[in-house]
Amino acid sequence: MLTIATGNKAVAAAVKQAHPSVVAAYPITPQTEIIEQVANFVARKEIATEYIPVESEHSAMAACIGASVTGVRTFTATSSHGLLYMHEMLHWAAGARLPIVMANVNRALGPGWNTWAEHTDAFSQRDTGWLQVYVGTVQEAYDVTLMAFRIAEDERVLLPVMVNLDGFSLSHIMQSLDTVDLGDFIPPIRLPHAIDVNNPMGYGPMTGPADYFKFRWDIERSMRDARDVIRETEEEFARRFGRKYGPTEDYQCEDADVVVVSMGTLGKEAEVAVDILRKEGIKAGSMRLRWFRPFPDLDLKGKEVVVIDRDYSFGFGGVVAASIKAKTGIECYNVIAGLGGQEVTYDDIADFVRNRKIGEEMWFGVSE
Amino acid sequence: MSTISEIPKEEYIKTCTAACAGCSSSLCLRYVLKAAGPDTVLVIPACCTSVIQGVYPNTSFNVPVYNIAFAAAAACASGMSKAFRSAGKKTNVIAYAGDGGTVDIGIQSLSGAFERGTDFLYICYDNEAYGNTGMQRSGATPLGAVTTTTPGGKGEFKKDLDRIVAAHNPPYMATACSAYPLDLYKKVKKALSIEGPKFIHILAPCPPGWRYESDRTIEMGKLAVKTGSWVLWEREYGKLTVSGPSKAAMKNPLPLEEYLKGQGRFKRVTPEIINELQQAVIKNLERVRKEEEGIC
Repeated sequence: MLTIATGNKAVAAAVKQAHPSVVAAYPITPQTEIIEQVANFVARKEIATEYIPVESEHSAMAACIGASVTGVRTFTATSSHGLLYMHEMLHWAAGARLPIVMANVNRALGPGWNTWAEHTDAFSQRDTGWLQVYVGTVQEAYDVTLMAFRIAEDERVLLPVMVNLDGFSLSHIMQSLDTVDLGDFIPPIRLPHAIDVNNPMGYGPMTGPADYFKFRWDIERSMRDARDVIRETEEEFARRFGRKYGPTEDYQCEDADVVVVSMGTLGKEAEVAVDILRKEGIKAGSMRLRWFRPFPDLDLKGKEVVVIDRDYSFGFGGVVAASIKAKTGIECYNVIAGLGGQEVTYDDIADFVRNRKIGEEMWFGVSE
Repeated sequence: MSTISEIPKEEYIKTCTAACAGCSSSLCLRYVLKAAGPDTVLVIPACCTSVIQGVYPNTSFNVPVYNIAFAAAAACASGMSKAFRSAGKKTNVIAYAGDGGTVDIGIQSLSGAFERGTDFLYICYDNEAYGNTGMQRSGATPLGAVTTTTPGGKGEFKKDLDRIVAAHNPPYMATACSAYPLDLYKKVKKALSIEGPKFIHILAPCPPGWRYESDRTIEMGKLAVKTGSWVLWEREYGKLTVSGPSKAAMKNPLPLEEYLKGQGRFKRVTPEIINELQQAVIKNLERVRKEEEGIC
């Protein structure tokens, strides 16, 4: 059904269809609209979900963990400081192999207080064992939230999934949304290690180095298997509903001499920048990185690469640029832009490409 | 039920736990589980019980045990309880947490779970310090007690956890002590028969932490009750009743020194501090008496 929605409402619409048994959540701008929507679905009895209005994000994730380990589907949403407050429990959820799905509306971190888009919140959780995906449109926010449940709950994965959407520039903007008749796209959840009082076990007790090490390796093994599960899920989604997704969204990359790599909504701006540059005779392309964990193999051979990082690792560099260099060995022109919701237009991105200095880092609007 | 011989013979704690000699918290858990029965899940934050249950792949408990981070027991139990209830299961969800995980780092999630009316039982076994990490001061450590982080004795009174929990108006709350297992058993039974958030606060003497011989654990608990330092009561829907073992102490408590003198942690405590502690006991007994009589 064709409608219009904000990014937040698109996520909530997908959650309604995935129909988790338990949602535990705490409000934070700019995520709040998601949980308000879900709370309303519950109040109107449109879904038979237990909504737990917890007193903090730490408790939100702890409650999701407690619910999930009984073998039911769970969801939560957060943003920025809320995500950071959950940090301990994010490690716990992944270590406990619980397929919790969470929407994180990417927002900058204080001080000073800033509610606008930035990716540092989610990147600071990159080593928690969560799968991380970043979306660029309202439609994608909806589609990916649906797929997230199927991917997380696949027995080859059994790891939590974080769906990331940019604060305000996606969470609060309206675009067209085509909702699907879900059918059996998400199979019923089956958690092999669900709590069973008839088969009592200890969950997460003291564990010696040898066993602990094996459990860590098992997380990584599932992360590697998740690549196949993600691909299969995206292919199945395309077969059923007609919309195609992959580890990256590539625009005019094939014959490009220079490729702009970015994430989230900036990736859609970059596509417009590519059109402008192509008219000037610059063979540019855009690669929007969608999956960040597991990190995909990127085909950037022979290209000049401009990476826009909407994040920063102080004392080191842009996280995306550093990741690409580590994985591919490619030196790029690293533009740090959009922190705290800084305005970055397609004209600005076209300028980044025109003025690129491979091997250098540039803070947009500060270090030019 | 009036005698301990009527408590079920089923054991849910196997004999090979990793508890210290004379550990009263594992003794209490034995009776908690006898009262709760097999349709029970324990939620355990970081505390002595994290260790007592044994090392993977073994477990010495015969009910499912979900281990969770320090601050999160009540929140985790909230989610678990909702999930069980939504699946139509009546499974008991019991958070079994130490005093540090309750009065300090876990108090926010405890408060949230009680305010939300979560259907679960939260038990705090209180050995009056961070026992698992080697007896550091907690908010539950009493005035004057030596811990590894209060080498000169704690300078502040014990946090009044029960009045904090009472402010949430739970349908049932009680105190208990490891020296009175029948009293504990009955209270757990009653708590689990009531829907909503229930709270039991157990005084759990700790030989290495309180610095007394491990064969004196029961005696220590009895002295706590007989001196009125620890009062056994239950509060059902707001109505407080003093429990049998504490009735004598309500009238004629033994001098507090009888309880303190056998504990190394109070060895160097001054007569002034003993007097302050004694006055606090008298004040508390008076407060309990007035509440039972409906005066306040």
